[in-house]
Amino acid sequence: MNDKIYKILLFTAALIMPIVCGGVVYALVTDAYEAFEHFGFFKFLTSSEWSYTDGAEQYGALPFITGTLMTTLLALVFCIPFSLPVALFVGEYFKGTRIAAILSTVTDLLAGIPSIIYGLWGFYTLRPLIMALNISPQGSGILTASLVLAIMIVPYAASLSAEFIKMVPNDLKEGAYSLGATRAEVIRKVVFPVAGSGVFSSYVLAIGRALGETMTVTMLIGNTNNIPDSITSTGNSMASIIANQFGEASDLRFSSLIAIGLVLFFITAFINMIGKMMIKRARIS
Amino acid sequence: MKKIIQSVMTLVIAIAMVSCSGNSNKDGREAQELSGAGATFPLPFYNVVFEQFGQVNGDQVAYGGIGSGGGVRNLRDKIVDFAGSDAYLSDKEMAEMAPVVHIPTCMGAVVVAYNLDGVDELKLTGELVADIFAGEVKMWNDTRLAELNPGVKLPNESIIPVYRSDGSGTTFVFTDYLTKVSPMWASKYGVGKSVNFPSGQAAKGNPGVAGVIKQTKNTIGYVGSEYAFAQKIPYASIQNQRGEFVLPSSATISAAASGDIPADTRCSITNSDAAGAYPISTFTWMIIYKEQNYSDRTKEQAMATLDLLKYILSDEAQGITSEVHYAPLPAKAKELSMTNLKAVTYDGVSIMQ
Repeated sequence: MNDKIYKILLFTAALIMPIVCGGVVYALVTDAYEAFEHFGFFKFLTSSEWSYTDGAEQYGALPFITGTLMTTLLALVFCIPFSLPVALFVGEYFKGTRIAAILSTVTDLLAGIPSIIYGLWGFYTLRPLIMALNISPQGSGILTASLVLAIMIVPYAASLSAEFIKMVPNDLKEGAYSLGATRAEVIRKVVFPVAGSGVFSSYVLAIGRALGETMTVTMLIGNTNNIPDSITSTGNSMASIIANQFGEASDLRFSSLIAIGLVLFFITAFINMIGKMMIKRARIS
Repeated sequence: MKKIIQSVMTLVIAIAMVSCSGNSNKDGREAQELSGAGATFPLPFYNVVFEQFGQVNGDQVAYGGIGSGGGVRNLRDKIVDFAGSDAYLSDKEMAEMAPVVHIPTCMGAVVVAYNLDGVDELKLTGELVADIFAGEVKMWNDTRLAELNPGVKLPNESIIPVYRSDGSGTTFVFTDYLTKVSPMWASKYGVGKSVNFPSGQAAKGNPGVAGVIKQTKNTIGYVGSEYAFAQKIPYASIQNQRGEFVLPSSATISAAASGDIPADTRCSITNSDAAGAYPISTFTWMIIYKEQNYSDRTKEQAMATLDLLKYILSDEAQGITSEVHYAPLPAKAKELSMTNLKAVTYDGVSIMQ
């Protein structure tokens, strides 16, 4: 009897998540339908026009898809030189030592800082620095947003990478050492080939995190609805355009914003799926 | 665990007791909690007025500064008691909703604020402002700027316009003015709560724009006057129709409303031709439904809503306006509003006697 109740409870709890997820997709699709129907699915994705003129409204997602991809990829590039050394430090060089424990705790703490704090730091500290260095006159832009995003995703990339680096069998490493390999050679020739796909997957998951970041990006990207022509120019990401204009939007603009949300949902789901698949492969091998 | 349950229970009982104690206001009617949403532009004024109204009348008001457009949408969805808006509803918008009443609450100015090293006085004409925001005047030491401002040391730097990224009544008032003074602006960009500004960068809300200007050299942007004042950023004097360069102040804003006002108070007072008028002045409105019985609202709630509006129109509340850098309503606007309030009904019966 007891067992049965337990089973039913578990079953319903497990069922709720897929239902919620399905509900989200359903709501997004129904609300986004108007925009796709009005502009055409591919035209909506490839049009760079975002114009409010009454009666001749034109909404296209390309500037925001570009903005999201630019900030995310740049953030990934900036994040690697910070996260990979941390992962190697914690997972290989100082594996199991006290200092490694401290470092990994501090890195993980970064993940717990609310994004508004990162945004404020970026706005009041990093932006003036970028202006002072004459990188861009207004300070905000793709570059500024990417730099802060990079710091935000370091903990995600670093701690997962460290786990995979730790998992490299000692036998393999010892074998390499006994052949006279230096530490750098062991990392290059043994650790990376073995842990490679795991490390890669941790970066994929970090990308998933960066794609949807809203608050920080909205504060730093400059919020202009054009395709950024360089990394120092201003733009808007998919998440930030929704945050900026949702309160005001109605009718077609509302539907277009929901459609952007739907596209973002699928991009994020797709990236996460790739990450999960690579982790699975890494674990099996 | 026991302790937690105990404290939760205490809290629940405490809340229940507070809410059941039947707070009544000065008229003996049960105290109400009103909710409204909309414009951030008059928010500093509303914060003070709602607080005072709470003390005087016993009713509490919660106001979300989510932008004029958002406020109107909330009213259309019938989830608020009133909407705050810097832009009056267009005939088209009015046609899409149940009948509404516009009540002006105060007057304010949209100021052109800037951040320039060592410059705290700047003169601009409307046409020049339009050209700057259209990206056609690009440098601070442009000859047209220099001619208007002899003796001011303008830097050889690019101008960075800052505008609103969200839909905004402030943008509406500002572009309404630019449309009136610049044919170029009228044909290319026009007037609206969201406009496709071609250059510069954008920020969310009046506080957002003021913050970016404060933090970024060589910027220029438009914000509600109180926000420029609070951030201590300088703003330009603007040439009005009579050729006078006018700084926004209670007196110059009031001067802009000396003209005629239509019965429903929906009118734009930008680019006023009155002497001493600040040209980017505006009314800001609260918008309520003419029939107050919607979404299960009680009659008490409807009465509290009217009490609030009556209080805002009173001399006591209007006196606060100039303290927070807005301007009091002209007598004509108050008169018309009282008439309009009398037309507000609950179940078809006028609420005010």
